[in-house]
Amino acid sequence: MPVNTASLVIGLSYASLLFLVSVGLSVVFGLMRFVNLATGSLYLIGGYIGWSVARSTGNFFLALIAGALAALVVGVLIERGFLQRLHRKELLQVCLTLGVAYIVQDVTRWIWGGDPLRLRPPELLRGSMELFGSVVPIYRVALIGIGALLAVLVWYLLERTKWGAYVRAGVDDLEMVQCLGINARRVFAIVFSLGALLCGLGGALGTPVTGVAPGTDIQLQLMALIVVVLGGLGSVTGAIVASIVVALVDTIVRTFWPEASFFAVWALAALVLIVRPQGLLGRAA
Amino acid sequence: MLELRDVYGGYGEGFVLNGLSLTVEEGQVVGLLGRNGAGKTTTMRAIMGLLPRLAGEIRLRGESLIGLPPYVISSKGLALVPQGRRIFPSLTVTENLLLGARPPRPDQRVRWTVEEIYRLFPILKERGKIRGTLLSGGEQQMLTIARSLMTQPLVLLCDEPSEGLAPVMVQRVGEILQRLKQAGLSILLAEQNLDLALSVIDVAYIIEEGRVIWHGSAQELLANRDLQETYLGLRVEV
Repeated sequence: MPVNTASLVIGLSYASLLFLVSVGLSVVFGLMRFVNLATGSLYLIGGYIGWSVARSTGNFFLALIAGALAALVVGVLIERGFLQRLHRKELLQVCLTLGVAYIVQDVTRWIWGGDPLRLRPPELLRGSMELFGSVVPIYRVALIGIGALLAVLVWYLLERTKWGAYVRAGVDDLEMVQCLGINARRVFAIVFSLGALLCGLGGALGTPVTGVAPGTDIQLQLMALIVVVLGGLGSVTGAIVASIVVALVDTIVRTFWPEASFFAVWALAALVLIVRPQGLLGRAA
Repeated sequence: MLELRDVYGGYGEGFVLNGLSLTVEEGQVVGLLGRNGAGKTTTMRAIMGLLPRLAGEIRLRGESLIGLPPYVISSKGLALVPQGRRIFPSLTVTENLLLGARPPRPDQRVRWTVEEIYRLFPILKERGKIRGTLLSGGEQQMLTIARSLMTQPLVLLCDEPSEGLAPVMVQRVGEILQRLKQAGLSILLAEQNLDLALSVIDVAYIIEEGRVIWHGSAQELLANRDLQETYLGLRVEV
């Protein structure tokens, strides 16, 4: 198999983006059984806003902040607007968030057009470097570092803080958490907003590698769903592991049989669903 | 302290509670007895704000709890020790214990510090770092009681604390309830184990089909064999 350092770097940098998109989806799903099919749209918004800000200011760092904040604002609107009213109504959630996804795609197409837009990485991270005998793009390596850093940060927040204990307990038994005096809706709103923020950040960070175009949202949304299925609901460690597995399978299959890459990740998801329905690191319900 | 008057409540069609009334005085341990399906757990859930349909009056120190969400009811001073213990599997013993911890209310008679809890339940300190569900059934019962005490309740709602426990642990639960009673905590205790209930309660309410069919002192219930057999389907072993 044509696996070398270059494809590993490409795969792992893609895993960073997948993690940013899917971790919020996974925890929100696990916490409130809320299905957000507009997750990919938040990535898209982060990408477009990041692109525009980078274009007009020339500052990549500013673009990241703007992309993340834009997704946060839209995420809060989604949560405040209708999520709060649709607790436990999964079918309505799916329909509504899918509707939002279509609207976002059309509005962004109207503003930014249908052609893929790409961003150049910041000056500091342009070009290539040599890593274990292969030549790899510096920006991809940086993405891996940023992804790893954020994964550790999210993991620490959820696994080692009191606030994270609220979230984990909520994933286990929402009713009992409320009986102990914790306002679960507020915890949920905060988790949802942070998830949206990470999606937007992912979108802005991803623009130099995946580009941003109508369809990027759907592609990321589907990949994120696979990651959630594979990793197990509500598990950060699961999201980390599954992001890496999905991204590597996708990248490796793509290098020798490009048409089959999407099939391969779905086949992987199907296999996991058959053998271990709760996901790699999820608990049986 | 806690008063229910004409409470109706249920989950969907029809009511499980049909005009239930009961009172828990300050420092009193009140038994909520009845057969399976009589409405004991539903009564607990009604008080805690967990029923989708609820009507009537539920008051804590005169303040109405009807329509408040569970987390507010908890902050007013009610704590549920749920049936089945419901320890959070993703949390360690210590995290479970401290999840709902809050400082005592100024007007609270019985206050709890972590040190006191550890004195009462030493096992929780020794095994603090392991996952809560790795404890034995009896230890999990201790943890769920301790977890509720950390919310500084005025009234503890204890739902079937002896269920599924080995006899030696049932005895231990009895001792703990006795200690809480001595400390002056008000408790509403739903219990199938009549021996255990009678060892700690002051007064009892027997309920059937969601309403009270008898209430009186523990001594009266202890003396009344007919009542025990007819409405509880069991009797105290002599």
